[in-house]
Amino acid sequence: MSNTKDSNSNLIPVDAIQPARLELDAVRQKLSEASGPKFWRTLDELSDRREFGELLEREFPRQASEWVDPVSRRGFLKLAGASMALAGLAGCTKQPLEQILPYVRQPEELIPGKPVFYATAMPFAGHAVPLLVETHEYRPTKIEGNPQHPASLGSTDIFAQASILNLYDPDRSTSVTFMGEPSTWANFVGELRREVGAPGVVSRQKALRGAGLRFLCGSTSSPTFAAQMKALQQQFPQAKWHWYEPVHRDGVRAGSKLALGGYYDAVYKFDAADVVVSLDADFLSGAWFPGFVRYARDFMSRRKLDGREMNRFYVAESSPSTTGAKADHRLPARAADIEKIARALAAKLGVAGAGAVQLTQEQQNWVDAAAADLMQHRGKGLVVPGVFQSAAVNALAHAINAALGNTGQTVSYIDPVEVAAVEHGHSIRELVDDVNAGRVDALVMIGGNPVYDAPVDLEFEKALGKIKVAIQLSLYRNETTDHVHWHIPAAHYLESWSDARAYDGTVTIIQPMIRPLYDGKSAHELLAVFGDNPGASDYELVRGYWKTQHTGADFDMWWKRTVHDGQIAGSASPARQVSARLAALPAPENAGAEDIEIVFRPDPTIYDGSFINNGWLQTTPKPLTHNTWDNVAMISPAMAQRMKLDQVKDQADHQSDAQNILEIEFQGRKVEVPYWAQPGHPDYAVTLFLGYGQTRTGRTGRDADANTSRGYNAYSVRPVSAQYSGGAGKVVRTDKYWSLAVTQGHFSMDGREPVKVSTLEEYSKNHNFAHEHREEEPHDQSDSKPESLYPKYSESGWYKDYSWGMAIDLNSCIGCQTCVVACHAENNIPVIPKDQIQRGREMQWLRVDTYYEGDAANPSAYFQPVPCMQCENAPCEPVCPVGATVHSTEGLNDMVYNRCVGTRYCSNNCPYKVRRFNFLLFSDFDTPSLKMMRNPDVTVRSRGVMEKCTYCVQRISEARIAAEKEDRLIRDGDVVTACQQACPTEAIIFGNINDPNSRVSKLKASERNYALLAELNTRPRTTYIAAVENPNPAFKSPAPAEKA
Amino acid sequence: MAQIFNRSANTLARASILGAILLISASGAALLKLQRSPYVTNQHIAPEQPVPFSHQHHVAGLGLDCRYCHTSVEQSSFAGIPPTKTCMNCHAQIWTSADLLHPVRYSFQSGESLQWTRVHDLPDFVYFNHSIHVNKGVGCESCHGRVDQMPLMYAENTLQMEWCLSCHREPEKFLRPKSQVFSMTYQQPTPENPVEVNGRKFLSQAELGQYLKDQYHLRTVRDITSCSTCHR
Amino acid sequence: MQDVDQLPPKGVRPPIIGPGYNLGTLNDRIAGIVLTKHTPVFWFAVVGLAVMIFGMLNTAIAYLFAKGVGIWGINIPVGWGFAIVNFVWWVGIGHAGTLISAILLLFKQSWRTSINRFAEGMTIFAVMQAGLFPLIHTGRPWLAFYWLFPYPNSMGVWPQFRSPLIWDVFAVSTYFTVSFLFWGIGLIPDFATLRDSAKTLAVRRIYGMLAMGWRGSSRHWNRYETAYMLLAGLATPLVLSVHSVVSLDFAVSVIPGWHTTFFPPYFVAGAIYSGFAMVLILAIPFRYLYGMQDFITLRHLQNCGKLMLATGMIVAYAYGLEMFMGWYSHDKYELAMVHNRLHGPYSHYYWMLVLCNIIIPQALWSNKVRSTPWMLFVLACVVNAGMWLERFVIVVMSLQRDFVPSSWGMYWFTKWDVMTFVGTMGFFTLLFFLFIRFMPAIAITEMRTLLPQAKVKE
Repeated sequence: MSNTKDSNSNLIPVDAIQPARLELDAVRQKLSEASGPKFWRTLDELSDRREFGELLEREFPRQASEWVDPVSRRGFLKLAGASMALAGLAGCTKQPLEQILPYVRQPEELIPGKPVFYATAMPFAGHAVPLLVETHEYRPTKIEGNPQHPASLGSTDIFAQASILNLYDPDRSTSVTFMGEPSTWANFVGELRREVGAPGVVSRQKALRGAGLRFLCGSTSSPTFAAQMKALQQQFPQAKWHWYEPVHRDGVRAGSKLALGGYYDAVYKFDAADVVVSLDADFLSGAWFPGFVRYARDFMSRRKLDGREMNRFYVAESSPSTTGAKADHRLPARAADIEKIARALAAKLGVAGAGAVQLTQEQQNWVDAAAADLMQHRGKGLVVPGVFQSAAVNALAHAINAALGNTGQTVSYIDPVEVAAVEHGHSIRELVDDVNAGRVDALVMIGGNPVYDAPVDLEFEKALGKIKVAIQLSLYRNETTDHVHWHIPAAHYLESWSDARAYDGTVTIIQPMIRPLYDGKSAHELLAVFGDNPGASDYELVRGYWKTQHTGADFDMWWKRTVHDGQIAGSASPARQVSARLAALPAPENAGAEDIEIVFRPDPTIYDGSFINNGWLQTTPKPLTHNTWDNVAMISPAMAQRMKLDQVKDQADHQSDAQNILEIEFQGRKVEVPYWAQPGHPDYAVTLFLGYGQTRTGRTGRDADANTSRGYNAYSVRPVSAQYSGGAGKVVRTDKYWSLAVTQGHFSMDGREPVKVSTLEEYSKNHNFAHEHREEEPHDQSDSKPESLYPKYSESGWYKDYSWGMAIDLNSCIGCQTCVVACHAENNIPVIPKDQIQRGREMQWLRVDTYYEGDAANPSAYFQPVPCMQCENAPCEPVCPVGATVHSTEGLNDMVYNRCVGTRYCSNNCPYKVRRFNFLLFSDFDTPSLKMMRNPDVTVRSRGVMEKCTYCVQRISEARIAAEKEDRLIRDGDVVTACQQACPTEAIIFGNINDPNSRVSKLKASERNYALLAELNTRPRTTYIAAVENPNPAFKSPAPAEKA
Repeated sequence: MAQIFNRSANTLARASILGAILLISASGAALLKLQRSPYVTNQHIAPEQPVPFSHQHHVAGLGLDCRYCHTSVEQSSFAGIPPTKTCMNCHAQIWTSADLLHPVRYSFQSGESLQWTRVHDLPDFVYFNHSIHVNKGVGCESCHGRVDQMPLMYAENTLQMEWCLSCHREPEKFLRPKSQVFSMTYQQPTPENPVEVNGRKFLSQAELGQYLKDQYHLRTVRDITSCSTCHR
Repeated sequence: MQDVDQLPPKGVRPPIIGPGYNLGTLNDRIAGIVLTKHTPVFWFAVVGLAVMIFGMLNTAIAYLFAKGVGIWGINIPVGWGFAIVNFVWWVGIGHAGTLISAILLLFKQSWRTSINRFAEGMTIFAVMQAGLFPLIHTGRPWLAFYWLFPYPNSMGVWPQFRSPLIWDVFAVSTYFTVSFLFWGIGLIPDFATLRDSAKTLAVRRIYGMLAMGWRGSSRHWNRYETAYMLLAGLATPLVLSVHSVVSLDFAVSVIPGWHTTFFPPYFVAGAIYSGFAMVLILAIPFRYLYGMQDFITLRHLQNCGKLMLATGMIVAYAYGLEMFMGWYSHDKYELAMVHNRLHGPYSHYYWMLVLCNIIIPQALWSNKVRSTPWMLFVLACVVNAGMWLERFVIVVMSLQRDFVPSSWGMYWFTKWDVMTFVGTMGFFTLLFFLFIRFMPAIAITEMRTLLPQAKVKE
C-alpha cells in the first residue's frame, strides 16, 4: 500500500501545494459557518483535519491505521459506532426510548410512509435528462427516468442516478462568501446594486451600457434563461456572453457550419437504421452524447432478434469505448486517422470533395465493408460523427448521409437546442483576450470551474486576477473560488425551478423536490439581480416566462399538467430542411506513423470533474478498466511492451495493480500518469481522462489521508488548440509507481464461457449454441430429478403464486454501469474507500464483468451484469449456521441482515461471488444529510454483516401489499427492479416466471437463454440471453488473430 | 497422617457439586426470563409524555374512531401520529385554557412539533405494515390491547419476534371480520355469543378463522413466515 | 544425562523407564517438580516471555472487536484466512493427547503412561486456542457466541443444523469437555499423592481439595479404573469425529479444492501427524529441562517418530490423491485448481508444504534420526510448519480462484493476522508451563505400574 502514498505525493502538481494559510482559512471558514444546527456537522468536517488525525493515531497503534482504512473522516466515528455495537452485546439489551414528532399541520396530499413521485429533469451539458424523482415525506430518495418523455422512456444514465448524492453532499458550498469571508445574499445584492458612494457593479455598468460586463456559463438550453439574457441585453447592450463547457462539442458545431452552412443539431433515428457506421461517435457510452439514453434504447431495439432485422454496426474509434465494444466491426485508429477513414469512406460513396487518402490494409478492409453495406442500405444506413471529432469528420458524415439519402430517414436536423450555439474554445479565448486587454470590469461565472478546466494555455487564473469584480455561482467551493471576490452557493437542480430542453428540443419544466438545503441560489435568481426585479424567485421567473409563452386559455391548468407530466407536449423542435454540401475541407494534418498522439476524453464516471466528490461514481468501476478512485492513461498493449513497462507479476488476480508512472509531455507541458495497457487501444496514442486531479474539492474528491488530489489533472496539458486530440506527444517511462484500485483483475474467460457468443450466420444454422460443450449440464431441469440433496421446494407446494426470475440480454448490455449506480442508490450501499477496494472489498451488489477475447490489438469485448443469481439449489443457504440466508416461498434467497453473524461461509460457498461483506463499519451513520437520502425501505447494514442483491425485495413487498389489498395478484410490470428500471437498453427483465405471458418468461423461453455455471446445478433464477453478433460475411478478416 | 479436612468436607464437596448444577440452570432460566421481562420490552410501562393523553377518555369516553387520528392506517405502513392541527380541531373550542394542553397550544402557535415518546417501537430492521394487517382482518386491539381502557398509553405486548410469529404461524386464531377491525369491544365467537359474517353464524374462532382466511385470501403460513416478509 | 540417551546394543529396544527407581524415588522425582521450593530460572524466563506474547494477543483481539474483521487480510473471494487456518491447525494438534490417552490405553500400550498426562494437557490447551478462532472470526462475535447455540430465544428461531459450522460448535465443545474430564479424572490420584507429600498445610489443603478426598482405597481404585476405561471408550470415537467434522466445513462446499469426499480421513491423519509433532516439540525440551530422560526415554521418542512417519505417509498419499482426482475428474474447475496449486500465485506455499510434510519427514526412516532428540525436535517443528501451510493452501488457494474468472482475487494477510496467530502460541506456552509447574506433568500413579516392584506384585 505504501507505494500508493509515494506515487501520489510524487504526483502533486506544483500549483496544488497550498500554503498553510489557506488550510487555516478553511478551518476558520468552517467554524464561522458554524451556526445553530449546522455546528456539529462542522465539527464532523473538522475531524478530517491533521491534528484531529494525530489525536486519532495516538488512540491506536500508529501502524494500525496503515492496514485498516488510514485514519479518515469516519475513522473515529466508526470506532464510536463499533463500540456502541459492542454495547449491544447481551441478548437482553434495552432498546433506547425514541421520540416521534408529528406534523403540526399535515399537508393534505401527504400519506406518511408512502412515497410520491414527481417529474423533473436534470440539466446535463446543456441538455435535459427527463426524470421521475421518488420522495419520502418530501425528501428525494431515488431518481428514475420519466417513462412519458421521449428522451428517457423511463431509463437514465449514471450521472442522473448519482446526482442525488450531490444534492445531499455535506461538502457542498453552504454560504455566500466575499473574499473568502462569510457574507450573505442580501449583502451581495446590496453591494452589486449600490447607488450611493462607490457604485456597485450593476449601477456602474448601467452607465457604461454593460461595456465591462461579461458572463461566462456552461451550456444551457433553458428558455427562461434565454429570455433573461435577452432582457439583460437590452439593459447592457455592450455586455458579452461567453460559453465554456470543458466537454464541449465544438467539432460538431464547426462541422455543421461547414457542411450545412449553419448551426444545427442532428437527431438520429437508430431504430430505423440497418447499418450504423460510427466515426468515433460513442453514442452508447455516456450522457455527453446528447440523447444517449434514447439512442441506446433505439439502437438496441434492432439487436434483440425479436423478428426485426438485426442492424450491423461499424465503429472506428480513437480511444476504446463501450460503444466500440458493441461493434460488429471495430477499427482502432488514431484520431487523425479517423479523418482519413472518413474521407476514404466518403470518396468511396461518391461524395465530392472528400479527396484521396492513403490507408492501411486493415483500415481499407473496414472502409470497403462499411461502404458496401451503406450502399446496399441507402436510406436505411447511418453515419454518426463523434462529438470529440474534428469539424471535417462531422462535415463528411453529414455529406455521406445526404449522399446516401439517409437524411430525413435515419437522421434529421433541428435548430440548436442550446441557448447559444457557439464554439466554446473561441468563446473563452475571446473572454481571456478581453480581460487581458483590460476591457473587463466584472465577470459573472455561472457554474463551472474555469481555473481548473479552462484550456491551460489561456492561463485563466492569471486573467481572473485582472478583473475588478469576479462573481462565481457554483455547487462547490472549487479552484476558481479561491480567485473570485463573490462566491454564491448554487442551488442543486432538485432544489430549484428552471426549465431545459432534451436532445430533440422537448421542453421540461424543472421543479424542485426540496427547499435548498444550504440556501443555494439558482442561475435565474443570480441573473435577476442584474435585472429590474432583483428579488424575483426562480419560481416567479420560470412561471412568469411560460405565462408569456402560453397561448390559449387557462394557463394554470396547462402549467399544472406540464409540471406534472414533466414535459411540454409537442414541444420537440421541428426538423429543418438542410442540404449538405462539402465546402473546402481543411487539409488533414498528417501524423507520422510513430508520432504519438494524445487524446483527451471525459472520465467515464467522473465526467469533466463535476462529479469528483460523488462517492457512488468514484466507486463505480470504469466500464473497460474496472479501476476506481483514479484516472489512468490508456495505451496499447504493444506500446506497453515496446516501452518495457513493468507488468505486475501475475496481474491476473491483483485488486491493486502497481502500475508504472509515465511522464507525458504535450506541447511543452508535462503530467505524470499511471499507464493502463488497454486491449484494443490504437497504437502510438495515449488517452488521458479529464476530471481528476482537483486540489480544491470535498472530502471524497481528494485523498484526505495522503492530503493529495486523486488521480492526475489532464487539463494541465490540454491546450485550446488541441481540445480532444493532438499529435507530437512525448511519453517517458519513470520508475515511480501508482497503485490502482481495480475491481476486476482477470479479463480473460479462461475457456469457461461465462459469456456465450455466436454470429447471426452461425445462429441461424445452430440455434442451440448456448448449450453446447455442456455435457455436464443436467439436461432435465425439473425438480423431480433426484440429482440433488437440496429440498425440492416446488414439489412441496412453494412458489404457488409467484416465482421470481430475471433474464439479462447480453446482446443489449452496453456496459454503461447505470444499473450498478441505480442499485447503489436503491439499496443504501455504502461508499468504499480506495484502500479497501484494493483489498478486494468493493460493495456493489451488482457488477458488470468485462471480458476480452482475441487479438490484444483489437479484441472483441463482452459485458455481463452479474447480480445475485437467486439459485434454486443455493450453495449459500445450507452453510449459514444461523439461517440468515434462506429460501423464500417466492424463490428468492432472502438475506436477513439482522440475523447475520458474519461467518462469511455463504460467500465462500457462492460460485458467483456476488455476496458482499461489511468488513469494517462502511455505512455512514453520522452525516445527517446522507441520512435524509437513504431509502427508508432498506436496512442500512452495519459492520460484520453479509449483504447481497435480493431482486429489490422491498419493491416486491410493496407491490404485493398493494395487490393484496385489492385482492388480486401482482401484474407483470408491477415490480421493476432498480437495475431493470435504470437500464437504457432494457437488457434486464424481471418478473414472475410462473406466468407464461410475463416478459421474463417469454425471454427465458428463447433458445439463447442459458444459466451461468449451469453444470453446478445451482439452477439460478437469473439467466442470460446469449449474445449474437452480426459481422459482415463479406468482410475480409485481417491476419488470423492469436488468442489472448 | 493428620487430617487436613474434617469429615464435613465430604458433604460439603457433594453439596457443592449439586449446588453448581442448580446455580447454572437457575441463572440460565433467569436470563431467559429477563430477556422477555418488561424491563427489557417496556411491556405495560407507560412512558412520560409531553401531554398525558388518555386513549380511554377519547375512545371509550368520546367514542372517537381510531382512524380519526391515525389517518393513514388503512393506506400506509405507518398508522400516522395526528398532527397538532387534529388536536386543535376540538381543543380550539374545549379545554382552551387547560394547563395540561399548553404544550399542544404552544406547538400550534410556534409550529414546533409535539415530542411524543414512542410506545410501540419496532427495531429499524423490521418492516411492519399497518395497512395490510387491518385490510386482512387483524384488529387494532389484537396487538395494541384495549386502548380504550388505557388512561396512559402503554404497549400491551412484548413486540418481540416470537410474539409476531405466534400470530404469523397460526393467523386463524386471531382473524376477525373486517367490519370489526377497529372495534375495541369485539369478542371472539363462542356458542353463547356467535359472530355473524355475510349471513353465516360462527360459534367458534376455529371455524370463523378458517372461513376468514379463505375469504380474505390470506397467504399460506409458509409465505407469511418467510424472512423477507418483515426483514430486508 | 548423556548415558541415558545412549542407544542400547542393536536389537534391544530402549526401556520405557530408566533403571533403579523405587516407589519413593519415583514420587520424589516427579512430585518434586511441583513441590520444590526453588522454581527454576528458565521457568520464569519462558513464562515471562509467554505473558508478553499473550498480551499481544489481547491487544490484537481488543482492536479486532473495536474495528471489525476488516483489520485482517480477508476479502471477497477469500472470506476465510488466518483465523480458520489457525483454527484447523490447533484442533489438529489437539488430537495426539486423546489418541495417546484413550486409544493407546485401550490397546494397552504401556509406553503411553509417561507422556499421556502432558499430552492431554497439550490437547486441552490447544483446543482452547482453536476454540478462540471460530468465535472471533465472525463479523459480530457479540451475537455469534450465543446465536450459535440452540436455546429458546425470544426470536422464536433456531440455529440451522444443516450448517457444518454448527456441527463444529458441538464437535469441538464435546471434544473439549470429554478430554477435560479424562484429564481431570486421571489427575485425582496424583493430586492425592501431592497432597500427601506436600510440606505446608496450605499446599496440602489445595491439593487435598483437588484430590476430592481420594484415599486410594480399593473401592476408589475400582471406581477410578472403571470411570477411566469408560471415558477412554467415549473419547476414542471423538478422536476420529472431531477433525472429520472440521473437515466437513470444507468438504460440503462446492469450491474446487474443498469439495472432496476424502477430506475426513485425510484431516484426521494430518491431525495426528501434527499432534505427535507437537508432543515431541514439548516433550524433548521438557525432559532436558527437568532431567526426565529416565521417564521419557528414547523409546517414547522413537515411537512418536514412527507414528509421525506412518501418519505422514497417509498425508502424503492424500496430497497425491488430491492431484490425481483433480486430473482424473477431468472437470475443468478441478483441473484449474490443480494447476493453480502447482503454478498459481501461491504455488510457493504449496511446494513448501510438500517439502515440509513429505520430503523432509522421510528422514524418520532412519533409526538414527528417530533416536536423536534434537533431530526429532527440528523435524517436529518442520512438520508443524508444514501442517499449517497445508491448511493455508486448502483455505486460501481454493477460495482465491474459484469459478468465475472476473471474481478471482488475492489474499494478503496483515500484521494483525500474524499477531493473533503468534499470540495464541504465547497463550498456549503460558498455560503449558503453568501446568508443568503446578500439576504433575507425568502420571505418577501410572508410572508406578511400570516399576519392577509393580510387576513383582502380580
